[in-house]
Amino acid sequence: MSHDLLQMHLKAVISCLVIVLYKVHTTKAGQFFSSGHTNNWAVLVCTSRFWFNYRHVANTLSVYRSVKRLGIPDSHIVLMLADDMACNYRNPKPATVFSHKNMELNVYGDDVEVDYRGYEVTVENFLRVLTGRLPPSTPRSKRLLSDDRSNILIYLTGHGGNGFLKFQDSEEISNMELADAFEQMWQKRRYNELLFIIDTCQGASMYERFYSPNLMALASSQVGEDSLSHQPDLGIGVHLMDKYTFYLLEFLEEVHPASQANMNDLFKVCPQSQCVSTPGHRTDLFQRDPGSVLITDFFGSVRKVEITKDTINLTSPVEPPIKRSGSSDIQIESLTYVDQLPVAEIIHQKPKQKDWHPPDGFILGLWTLILLVFFQTYGIKHLKHIF
Amino acid sequence: DSDPVGFDSLDLNERRGRSTDAELDRRDGTRTSEALTPAAAARDEFQEELVIRPLHSGDIYASFQFRTLWDTDFLQEGQKVSHYRLFPKSLGQVLSKFSVRELHISFTQGFWRTMQWGQPFIPSPPGAELWVWFHDTVSDVDGNWKELTNVLSGIFCASLNFIDLTNTVQPSASFKPLGLGNATDHRFLRYATLPREIVCTENLTPWKKLLPCGSKAGLAVLLKSEKLFHSSFHSQAVHIRPVCQDEQCTSKAWELRQTLNVVFDLYTAGQGKKEWSLFKMFSRTLTEACPLATSSKVYVDITDNPELFELSPATPLLSQAVVLGDRRTYSVYDLSRAETFGQLRSLNLLLRWKGDGEMLRPLLHAERYVAGFGLQTGEIHTVIYNNHPYRAFPVLLMDSVPWYLQLYIHTLTVTSKSRDNKPSYIHYQPAKDRHRPHLLEMLIQLPPHSMTEVTVQFERALLKWTEYTPDPNHGFYVGSSVVSALVPSMVAMNTNFTQDQPLFSSFVPVKEESSYFVRVYTEPLLVNLPTPDFSMPYNVICLTCTVVAVGYGSFYNLLTRTFQVDEPSLPLAKRLANLIRRIRGVPLLT
Repeated sequence: MSHDLLQMHLKAVISCLVIVLYKVHTTKAGQFFSSGHTNNWAVLVCTSRFWFNYRHVANTLSVYRSVKRLGIPDSHIVLMLADDMACNYRNPKPATVFSHKNMELNVYGDDVEVDYRGYEVTVENFLRVLTGRLPPSTPRSKRLLSDDRSNILIYLTGHGGNGFLKFQDSEEISNMELADAFEQMWQKRRYNELLFIIDTCQGASMYERFYSPNLMALASSQVGEDSLSHQPDLGIGVHLMDKYTFYLLEFLEEVHPASQANMNDLFKVCPQSQCVSTPGHRTDLFQRDPGSVLITDFFGSVRKVEITKDTINLTSPVEPPIKRSGSSDIQIESLTYVDQLPVAEIIHQKPKQKDWHPPDGFILGLWTLILLVFFQTYGIKHLKHIF
Repeated sequence: DSDPVGFDSLDLNERRGRSTDAELDRRDGTRTSEALTPAAAARDEFQEELVIRPLHSGDIYASFQFRTLWDTDFLQEGQKVSHYRLFPKSLGQVLSKFSVRELHISFTQGFWRTMQWGQPFIPSPPGAELWVWFHDTVSDVDGNWKELTNVLSGIFCASLNFIDLTNTVQPSASFKPLGLGNATDHRFLRYATLPREIVCTENLTPWKKLLPCGSKAGLAVLLKSEKLFHSSFHSQAVHIRPVCQDEQCTSKAWELRQTLNVVFDLYTAGQGKKEWSLFKMFSRTLTEACPLATSSKVYVDITDNPELFELSPATPLLSQAVVLGDRRTYSVYDLSRAETFGQLRSLNLLLRWKGDGEMLRPLLHAERYVAGFGLQTGEIHTVIYNNHPYRAFPVLLMDSVPWYLQLYIHTLTVTSKSRDNKPSYIHYQPAKDRHRPHLLEMLIQLPPHSMTEVTVQFERALLKWTEYTPDPNHGFYVGSSVVSALVPSMVAMNTNFTQDQPLFSSFVPVKEESSYFVRVYTEPLLVNLPTPDFSMPYNVICLTCTVVAVGYGSFYNLLTRTFQVDEPSLPLAKRLANLIRRIRGVPLLT
């Protein structure tokens, strides 16, 4: 009896607290600064080559599509596809990548920008993108320009095993390398929070070795289990998607930019009854409670908007003085186009004057050897007979 | 800041440096505080054009050209250009940073079949091709080239960063500048191809974003990737060069041409019916011209009309142009006039075939193939056909072969009509392993109505195991050969430069009336190099370990094994009996 009373009291106190907290959260500033990040980035990697790995490209493109739909712009997405499926000669419908049989959803779309494609998707390039150690001539679209207030979503898919992920059928990345790369990112303050999703066989082994703070990881299967593909399509002839990402895409299609769905819902995606493998997750390195982390914190994009009520006066435009190209007193001669095939000129073309280079090591060595042998056999005293 | 591509804004519209307002008044050029002089109010104009040419095999060829002409000079001293209106800022910054005089880049999927389709308006080889003329003020051309390819790979989402010194050549006589200029020192020219480069929607998306109207209005609404890539041939290109501003040609203007050529196949896209419409080709119809364009026209080649096909809706506007040595008649649909769209406010051209006809045989075409067998040696054959009945003309053949096919130039033979044909100019630069490819340029006189064959033998090199691609059994590509020629024309070409010439006839500058310049690309080659078996290191280790174990183990045993006689152990009863016998001192049992 007293126990029930105590419980009732407890419930009342808790509900009061909830109301108070709710009121605090409704203030805009509080809501804005509670998550701690100001921009969002996504690194989406498909590591498999060859036509029968169509489903891995479809996986990556479905996450790309969701992430773009929820607001992350192309300039903040680094998309790496190891092979081209859409314009592959085996694709019966070119420029399309379908995620559902009967060709319902074309995840490739009409507006896609792939940053690393084909042979560029290597372990080295992936690690360089993460750590930021790229050659100076790399264009901006291929860089991960995150700062310490960035939330990054990293999605990997392909063929993997216990502790490794295979890149393009020729090299592998191990879970230790990945953990070290994340530690480098942490030390260089390249992320605020990081969500790592992997859809491969034995995917949970890839996040076992993480040791940097603010990392949350999800995998499609535990160690010792295989991730399975979803459906084959008889028209295209290959499996279109993997089970985990298929249900993830279904889940993400329900999410909209203002959605309040949180990470606990994401952990429930694709239970064993649907996926056959057991999806796993790891949250011990993450500071916040997963229930308070919104899906849009990682999959969507934060736009910083400052509303001001002050007016700004724009100055009137200054008319630039009309600048004539070239002065009028200089003799202007008419310019001409170049002759495309000047046969006479080509025939009488002098060979290019090559710069004289000093003889390289091999020639010098050869001549030294010859001279040495000569003087050894004949002796230096014979020198005067030669010259 | 020296960053040529993009800037820190998250605004999607401004990502490509495009000013989004379409108003025509001049904007303030003094936006940047560090500009020394205010930028002159330079005029720029945009024209767009679509040419549809029905082909005799039932296929249809559509060629889009978008031209932005800008009366300014990037590289003039003291003039920092900071105000971009129609000309895309990303390309403008690239040009000024790397002192580029001319830039030609093309992405092609498929191979142009000259014998079936005739000559294209703008030829391009399969894969990606990039050739650039730098200004003579550049001191380090190779450094600029390397950075330029990286920047362009970011702009066009292509792996152009694979262009490096192992596949770049400096042609000595081909690829003369297509724009204005007098001095042509070939030290400032760089040419590279990537025959393996795939073209897909991710290359089309940034290309469309460079257009002033994007893909929202004008002819660019027809560019839907699902239809464009379901074709026999798709080529998109960007050509930037300086041209004459006006007829007197006293000052330069920058011209940016974006071209897209596509050939739709009768059977895959046309479902076997010889009837084409804009909707069937592009799954869209035209509804308006681009508001920023000064001219927006659709030309349909009706030279073979009315015997061959019928065209609807009919239009009274006709235009004649001499292009590729032939006088062709075109029906013109001017999209800037509202009556072109009719009552439905949309333009859907319909072409219906009535009969078959004879195609004019193209005067010049070339083929290339690899002969030989095995993985050690081979022979490259390039065959050039001159189909003119009585005129001979010279062609310039340029071959760029990667270093891993080691050419034996002493086996080079050029034969026409089964007789030796000595080229009047040969330029050969041998390859350096892992540094430079082979470059072979020859000026060959083609006799009339003949076939000329150029053969050269080669040997395949063994690559280091880290140099193989992840799929080495696919083979290695060798870029197309380029055949440049001045082909005699049947009709007098127009040497006057006028502003109202249609774009497709004014791409290549015409110097003389009797011939026109044409460039023909051959097929790329696919050669297999001797490839180690990468897929079985486990089996190799097992095999090696087995051999070592069996061989070394046997040897070790032979040396160290000794044989000892071993007494068999007695059963328990006998052992106990032996124990008792030992105590008694009696001989033991065995």
